Amino acid sequence: MSVAPKMPKCWRPETKAHKFCPGCGHGLVLKALGEAIDELGIQERTVFGCDIGCSLLAWDFFNIDTVQTHHGRTTPVITGIKRANEDVIGIAYMGDGGGYAIGSQHLVNAATRNEKITVILVNNTNYGMTGGQMAPTTLPNQKTETSPYGRDVEATGNPTQGPEMVAAITPDTAYVARGTVANVRQLKKFMKRALENQISGNGFSFVEVLSGCPTNWRTNAAETWKFIEETMPQYFKIGEIKVPGEKKEG
Amino acid sequence: MADKPIEGEKRVFMTGNEVVAWAALAAGAEIMYGYPITPQNEIMHYWTRLAPKYGRKFLQTEDEISAGFTTIGGVLAGRRAFTATSGPGNTLMQEPMSMAEMMRIPVVQVVTQRGGPSTATVIYSQQEVTMTCFGGNGEGARIVYSTSTHQELFDYTIKAFNTAWKYRFPTHILGDGYQSKMRESLTMYDPASRGIEMVPTEPYVAKGGVPGIDRDPNHLRNTYNTEDELYDVVMGIMSDWEKYAPEIAEYQEFDAEDAEVLIVAHGVVTRAVQAAVKELRAQGKKVGHFRPVTLRPLAEEQLRKRAENAKVVLVVESAYGQLCKIIANSLYGLTTPIKKVLKPGVGVTAEEVVEEVSKLL
Repeated sequence: MSVAPKMPKCWRPETKAHKFCPGCGHGLVLKALGEAIDELGIQERTVFGCDIGCSLLAWDFFNIDTVQTHHGRTTPVITGIKRANEDVIGIAYMGDGGGYAIGSQHLVNAATRNEKITVILVNNTNYGMTGGQMAPTTLPNQKTETSPYGRDVEATGNPTQGPEMVAAITPDTAYVARGTVANVRQLKKFMKRALENQISGNGFSFVEVLSGCPTNWRTNAAETWKFIEETMPQYFKIGEIKVPGEKKEG
Repeated sequence: MADKPIEGEKRVFMTGNEVVAWAALAAGAEIMYGYPITPQNEIMHYWTRLAPKYGRKFLQTEDEISAGFTTIGGVLAGRRAFTATSGPGNTLMQEPMSMAEMMRIPVVQVVTQRGGPSTATVIYSQQEVTMTCFGGNGEGARIVYSTSTHQELFDYTIKAFNTAWKYRFPTHILGDGYQSKMRESLTMYDPASRGIEMVPTEPYVAKGGVPGIDRDPNHLRNTYNTEDELYDVVMGIMSDWEKYAPEIAEYQEFDAEDAEVLIVAHGVVTRAVQAAVKELRAQGKKVGHFRPVTLRPLAEEQLRKRAENAKVVLVVESAYGQLCKIIANSLYGLTTPIKKVLKPGVGVTAEEVVEEVSKLL
């Protein structure tokens, strides 16, 4: 007899086990998010939007009203909902390609306008669903399907510093952090603070999450965790970057 | 705060863009999302001045992609939401319109056609017919009203919200730069005063109750895993489309019954054609006019009936055959020849139509 693992209340048990690849970080991100939603008691008011790419596999993940959108377009869909109904807690869930490449104009402008929504962006340094192409977050010299000899920063630039960019263009009432699936407790705290910032009507909130993609990285478990815990933080600093009226952690 | 934007009826003289803003207010539109582009701009200008007085909202987005997707968001929240654009903006808006088509999201989009392709002119054309009817990676399950007067801009903008919410297809007002910028007389009215009941809206998300406990969550899809799954969904959409098309399709006829030359035109061009028909009839020539009001769906049966009895069909448009493609497709199998007057991005006068018809007789 097997015992079902403890799941957040707002998860939809009927759609588990989830559809992500073995070893994928999305499950951990959504666990932290689910627990944050549970603790804040906002399941009824929450609308979850998922971008195209691996993020889309979360479309039936929660017992929460959910909208599949297009690649990069989750930010405007959630913005449109929130502008029309301020009682909604709007969460836009996306990958690094969706947020920093094809949907970057939406992220930049939603942040600039200080939209009262929460954007959660999973950074796994590549386009996972389409087969492991180079992403804006791909590390220098990292091999991907479209940078088979390693990312050449001279030709393709350096990894996007998303939270730092968002922090630079938002007012003091925004919340910005970068967490990691290697520290789920801290990640949950960041998620909760991001959502609280929306609930209080303070302003925009943004959490980037460092996550793993063993399928496209072609790594085993040990190598995957080494990449997440040791390599990625060399380029992406973990911690809170902007906290309205509070001392930052990390 | 003022209650109704228009009490009873009101005779006015104004530009088409102003008319659209008033009509959206009168229809109870709750929020507009938009991005600047000529010749659409004044719809936003009037809306942003009027909306706060009636508790309505506006968001200026970062581009038309965003304007389209935020409009979808507004509808998902259960609001009467709309956007307006033109030309290259309409091109960008095809992405959200394609999502609206797939998910049966009743967005209302006002298009003020400008010249094309590319940036072209900011003035006038009928070159957004194909795009508005069939743009995006879909089958064209969209309702498109092509207006010809300011009165129609008012009437059909109100109607667009009702058609959209009744049938749950994206609905489009296809105007043009001439209609946007010129002034004309019309009667504005409170829809209720004419017995027009606004179709109620409802939210797609955040419908109340805890999902999973009080009700099932609403998981809205546009992505499918298998060909068969998608086939069923698209065939479901198109079967509804076929079912409702006859009751949605609208047209007008002018001396069409016994016409030997049947002129087909839409939008403002119908005005030149109507004047030409009047003159040609006065000369004793058997000329008539069929004007589709809806370009999607087309009143195909009626058009075929008239075309069958005519000796020649003459399509007149300010584009290089975009209307003609739709018409020719609908007339497939008939032997009546189709002649064309194609003036991409340029207006058409009654005199030109008279001259062209005279060549045929």
